[in-house]
Amino acid sequence: MKQFLVTLALLISFTNLVLAQETKQDEKTLQKLPSVTLKTADGKTINTADLTNDGKPMIISFWALWCKPCIKELTTISEVYDEWVAETGVKLYAVSIDDSRSSARVKPTADGKNWDYEVLLDVNSDFKRAMNVNLIPHTFLLNGKGEIVWQHTSFSEGAELELIELVRKVARGESIEDHN
Amino acid sequence: MVWSYRAVKTNLSMMKSLKHLSIALILTLFSSSLSAQTVLGGEVHGSFEIDGQLYKSDNSLGITSESLNGKKAGFNGFGNLTYTLGNFTAGMRYEAFLPPLNGFSNNYEGSGIANWYADYKNDLLQVTVGNFYEQFGSGLTLRSYEEWALGYDNSLRGLRLKLTLFKGVTIKALVGYHREYWKEYTANSRGLVKGADIEFSLNDLIPSFSESKTRITIGGSIVSKYEKPINKTLVIPGDTIIYKYDFPANVAMGAGRININHGGWNFMSEYAYKANDPNATNNYIYKAGQALYSTLSWSTKGFGIMGGFKRIDNMGFKSRMTETGQILDINFLPPLTKMHQYSFAMMYPFASQPNGEMALQGQVDFTIPKNSLLGGKYGTQITFNYSRVTNIDKQQVDDATAIDQTGTLGYKSDFFAFGGELYYSDLSLMIGKKLNHSLKGTLGVMIQEYNKDVMEGHKDEYDNVKSTILIGDITWRLNNRHAIRFENQWLFTKQDKGNWVAGTIEYTVSPNWFFAVQDEYNYGINDVSSDHSATDGDLEKIHYYNLSAGFIKGNSRIAVSYGRQREGLLCVGGVCRQVPAATGFTLTLTTSF
Repeated sequence: MKQFLVTLALLISFTNLVLAQETKQDEKTLQKLPSVTLKTADGKTINTADLTNDGKPMIISFWALWCKPCIKELTTISEVYDEWVAETGVKLYAVSIDDSRSSARVKPTADGKNWDYEVLLDVNSDFKRAMNVNLIPHTFLLNGKGEIVWQHTSFSEGAELELIELVRKVARGESIEDHN
Repeated sequence: MVWSYRAVKTNLSMMKSLKHLSIALILTLFSSSLSAQTVLGGEVHGSFEIDGQLYKSDNSLGITSESLNGKKAGFNGFGNLTYTLGNFTAGMRYEAFLPPLNGFSNNYEGSGIANWYADYKNDLLQVTVGNFYEQFGSGLTLRSYEEWALGYDNSLRGLRLKLTLFKGVTIKALVGYHREYWKEYTANSRGLVKGADIEFSLNDLIPSFSESKTRITIGGSIVSKYEKPINKTLVIPGDTIIYKYDFPANVAMGAGRININHGGWNFMSEYAYKANDPNATNNYIYKAGQALYSTLSWSTKGFGIMGGFKRIDNMGFKSRMTETGQILDINFLPPLTKMHQYSFAMMYPFASQPNGEMALQGQVDFTIPKNSLLGGKYGTQITFNYSRVTNIDKQQVDDATAIDQTGTLGYKSDFFAFGGELYYSDLSLMIGKKLNHSLKGTLGVMIQEYNKDVMEGHKDEYDNVKSTILIGDITWRLNNRHAIRFENQWLFTKQDKGNWVAGTIEYTVSPNWFFAVQDEYNYGINDVSSDHSATDGDLEKIHYYNLSAGFIKGNSRIAVSYGRQREGLLCVGGVCRQVPAATGFTLTLTTSF
């Protein structure tokens, strides 16, 4: 009990310290992608810190074959993905956290569903941990500089409409500070 | 007097739990206002999760104050913090189980810094000290990972080195010991794990091969466990001599693997061999272990097909030979069965059998194109999957030795022969279709057979559970933000607990809210046949009702639910946790920054 409270107190004071550091909003540093080595669904080795989309927005979506809302989200977006790409130049990376039990089924499933995304395999959840993802689906939006400007966990019908609105703003270089 | 004391004590523990909950809640809300922060020139990130439950007695489920051991509440929580400055990262993970939720090991009770690490990385090398997660190949020789929902964490604490000497060659080497709840490491408590892995990407390594459409990766790994041999005697009935087991202090395992990609083709294969390792899982036999895992797939836009084969023979590998629980696993034996998205299809789930299994799996995924007769306006998505797992063939090593006899070589086995005993089979068909702008649905059917004796560790007590599962799921989009979903599931079986039906109604307001009502009804057995293992009269018909609601903002999510939780196996990846029946109130809170 004592240990618990002491640790909590430490955590809170640490958080305070962290908060106190944030003085000016406009100096806020935006997080870039951490460096984790992953394989693409067709066997290439890539470093996540090197993911780019030529200055255009990027979406990174964590999913798994067993996750129903994840499949729903990616299927819903795939119906309008062509239009999204044509309009904003956005690129979606679908990061599967399926482990070696089912990672071999990821590419055939994504192809079978007609998805046009770049599929990455995070078989031991290294990228998931580095991105502090607790639950999936978890979706990140990055601006043209590769900075994370927005993220959201879970998917509900219509969430893709909010996402494309944000992608449009990011593609125009507008701030999306108020959206969370 | 005694009673009143007990009453006070329980109330106190409940208040304590509530206090933890509220403190953690404040902390979490507090931290959710953070976004990427700068401290001393570096960035700080983190994530938190809190799972709390208040338990109630429930006579229908046989839950009484005694069965709960007076436990009124459970609380599991963690906080991760990482600090990054250039190439340097350090992190820690705080965990609290006060007390653990029902179904989690009581060994977790307590709180503190569970894991910590420091890591330095550049183009040539990466060094990690402290706790780390690692996987070699498909995990047959080594995998350390963490599944919070299952209370599973076999992180290694020690030292890890990754070297990229030149492009196309990656070398990893590590030494460490497993996390075991909160138990300190001592030389007698558990073994040390040492391992090395090397991977060659031929396309990066050979210049003339760099532009080739064929991509080849080969790799190999060696893992060794050192454990102080224990004293264990073997008494053979009718024999006057008392034998002593001669345990190896070091057990080695090695594996080789290959990946080939060409166009739509993908081939992966890994073979692993383990030197003799008598342990509690294999009944202390001295046979070497082997495993082979291969998959082949081909896909193009709109169509994908995959087939897999796996053989496991005496491949349990833990850092303590006497351990039989789901802890201290050095390697990972991937189950070759589908993990379904619907709960009834996972009511009788498969779990890998380290002592031996032969498995096959096939899957076909395709989309019937739009504007065709069967595809309709939006196309139709079909997934077909079949998996089948049996035991391995086992023959006596000699006439005098029984199969699996302890202290011997155990058995002989034909590498490619399937045994005669079915462990699990699953045939499933899923059809997904968008009907119009606002309606879409999924239909599913599964036919499964589940060897309850083998999966749940009984000896010739139960018949195999043969079940048929039907699923219907419809989502109706009312407008751009509001949607309602109806899910219906049936499970028909003459064995075990008999038939089930479930209904869920879920209302979502995108992107922030959800509300759901669910009832799973175990109505038993209607059709009494000769081979049934339970009859209608044996089973009480029970409704497992549940109400839930949640609020999501950005990367924070808070969900509450009230109702009954069905007893069963919760499985993620290759691990399952037995979840006891429970009635009460549940709170889940998660966030990151």
